[in-house]
Amino acid sequence: MEKMKVLAEWSYDPAKPFRGYTGKTLKVNVGDMTFESKDVSEDMKDKFTGGRGFGLKLLWDSVKDTTKWNDPENEVVISGGPLCGVTQYPGMGKFYAVFVSPLTDQTYDSNAGGHFGPLLKFAGWDAIEIQGKAQKDVVVVVDADEKKVKILESPFDDVNAYTVTEALHEYFGDPDDINDRRFSSVLTAGKGAETSFWGCINSSFWDSHRKMPRLKQAGRGGGGTILRDKKIAAVVVKTHDLSGTANNPADVDTLTRLGAKLHKEIITLDSKQCRMRTAGTPHLNEIMNEYHLLPTNNYKFGQHKDADNIHSKVYEKMFTQGIADGCWYGCTMACAKAVDGYELKTGPWKGKKITVDGPEYETAAGLGSNVGVFDPEWTTETNFYADHYGLDTISLGTGIAFVCECYELGLISKDNTNGLDLKFGNKDDIMELLHRLGEGKDDFALMVGKGIHKMKDLFAEKFGADRKVMERIGMEGQGIEVSEYVPKESIAQWGGYFLTLKGPQHDEAWLIFMDRVNKQLPTFEDKAEALHYFPNFRTWFSLVGLCKLPWNDIEPEDNATKHSPQEAARVPEHVQNYVDIFEAVTGKKITKEELVLQSERVYNFQRVFQLRLGKGTRKFHNIPDRALGPVWADEWEARTEYYDNELKAGGIDPAGLSSQEKCDRLQKIRREQWELLVDTVYKRRGWDKNGIPTVKKLKELGMDIPEVIAVVEKHAKPEDQWKD
Amino acid sequence: MITVNGEPMEWKREMTVRDIIDAKRYVFPLLAVWIDSVPVPRDDFDITEVPDNANVQIIHMISGG
Repeated sequence: MEKMKVLAEWSYDPAKPFRGYTGKTLKVNVGDMTFESKDVSEDMKDKFTGGRGFGLKLLWDSVKDTTKWNDPENEVVISGGPLCGVTQYPGMGKFYAVFVSPLTDQTYDSNAGGHFGPLLKFAGWDAIEIQGKAQKDVVVVVDADEKKVKILESPFDDVNAYTVTEALHEYFGDPDDINDRRFSSVLTAGKGAETSFWGCINSSFWDSHRKMPRLKQAGRGGGGTILRDKKIAAVVVKTHDLSGTANNPADVDTLTRLGAKLHKEIITLDSKQCRMRTAGTPHLNEIMNEYHLLPTNNYKFGQHKDADNIHSKVYEKMFTQGIADGCWYGCTMACAKAVDGYELKTGPWKGKKITVDGPEYETAAGLGSNVGVFDPEWTTETNFYADHYGLDTISLGTGIAFVCECYELGLISKDNTNGLDLKFGNKDDIMELLHRLGEGKDDFALMVGKGIHKMKDLFAEKFGADRKVMERIGMEGQGIEVSEYVPKESIAQWGGYFLTLKGPQHDEAWLIFMDRVNKQLPTFEDKAEALHYFPNFRTWFSLVGLCKLPWNDIEPEDNATKHSPQEAARVPEHVQNYVDIFEAVTGKKITKEELVLQSERVYNFQRVFQLRLGKGTRKFHNIPDRALGPVWADEWEARTEYYDNELKAGGIDPAGLSSQEKCDRLQKIRREQWELLVDTVYKRRGWDKNGIPTVKKLKELGMDIPEVIAVVEKHAKPEDQWKD
Repeated sequence: MITVNGEPMEWKREMTVRDIIDAKRYVFPLLAVWIDSVPVPRDDFDITEVPDNANVQIIHMISGG
């Protein structure tokens, strides 16, 4: 690759991390080609902790109330958090990207593994804000070795992820030492991210075993779309200042002790528990199918007779075994599984042998059962191209599933799809749709890539499709597609998906087993308590730079014998580990209650941020009928006895009713339950009936920042004055 | 008759925890079991018999997807 032309550069003296923070954040504006360093105050650490908290704080300071996703002032803010980069304990290399989303028109946060988050901090920055719009494609480089930040002219005609990532790892590495490429990490999107709203941010790490870069994804929310809108082909971070103590933690011995304990747990127990080290997250495939939770044909069903074809044992055989597949150093959970030597059968790289990162469970279900396909090789191929084109596999899977159902219902036809026969399970034509999304030329694919929320408008307007039917079956909330679990049998999970800050992603709460199978949440108050605790506990991972998996996808052998059932679900020993690790890195002592308080501050701040952007009230916490229960007779008839009992429990005798009448009656009952759930959860969270945090709550949390209070006071109204 | 996660289930002589798990098709590996509030170690599921009238809790430990 030829030397890239420097468009702008700026020198800096990399700050060394101390107790997990560098105390500096970087702002790069690719529009006016400017650079800025900002100090991190103690107050900012106290209120926002780091990671997603810092991202939201910096974004708040940079946008207006009216900012839309494609306005130049919108930013992609990347931040790891104070614990990001720890190597002694598993799962500590995550970054969180924050931005105003093209899908939801409000803030979104999305996380990825890979080495970018840790290397960014070790290059001197607690966060990077990327703002502005470049005139032509650029590559942003943060090079701590040269002590420079640069904006380079992009040499890439092909901006797809693997092309750009491989070239840049080579470009910034020592030509005489291939493993020197591990000191860089690259963020990319792809061609598909330019024209769809499903653009993901790919985050690389150099795989020293395979001698190649691997890609993890901050998939959700359209962050990659914003990168491409800003004409950013890649963001590179580079530093050789990398060591196990680069965070300069307060107490390395505690980190080492806790890490050794968890490593031992993982090594000895994982094969009996979740098999993350050999199967990765696809260990869930057959489990979800058994419990009627595997989304099949646009969430119509939760189980399918061909599910054995996508059994985790099948994927386990496809994944290369015996390689330490951690996406950050020290992660013995090693769930970043990969398929090596896969020969592509379609698309621009047809015939090429490649390594595919994944598929993970979400992809195996989304670009599998949910579109009616039970062929792991096909899913593997879609996984590769989705990453390469910069497309979120979850939105892609759920979005295409919606298209397939519209097609089968006759709401759209081959005339509308430019000749594609988009029935569930039609592998060839669905694959072709993916390539058209990646190319961004076909007008139907362009509509699809705008997401279900906008597809409903477009299909109604352009094709005369029935809007009411699409509202019932379109699995989206707040503008973003639902991730890959059937939520309709768990009232608590309705909230876990649809009473969230940013839309139905499962990173706030996954309560289906607790609620539906364990029966641990019998009352609405119990469900509300879970919908308070788990979102707030889990938000903490996003503040400090952690992966959630080592929390509860492995558990101590005595977890269940040492604690009550209700307590055991929280995995108390691992929670205590996090409390101790926070102190060991930052030197600040916290309790497990204060850990949740740290999250609750940011959680409520983000809720007010949504309000500031014109969202964040009750009417945006909407739920489609398909998420509440069966919509069509065939869904009912797939589990007649089960659903008849549900109706009886609601006080209705199913005898003499047609299946469709039963569906409609159950929907009515569940819609009323939904409204009760919303009221109960808002009350538990300290929000008013319109879903707005009260001033009292913000004061309790210490988040009574004048501009935050001003937003609440502007929007909080009596019920008869709520805007439609 | 026994109760499993709040629902009645017919009791059988020499019924073990494993028998209940299999009958319920609980295939999730991270299960924790309490019989009348007494925890049963995971390694003992196959050999622990469940008495008649027992209140059995079989908890799926995952609390996050």
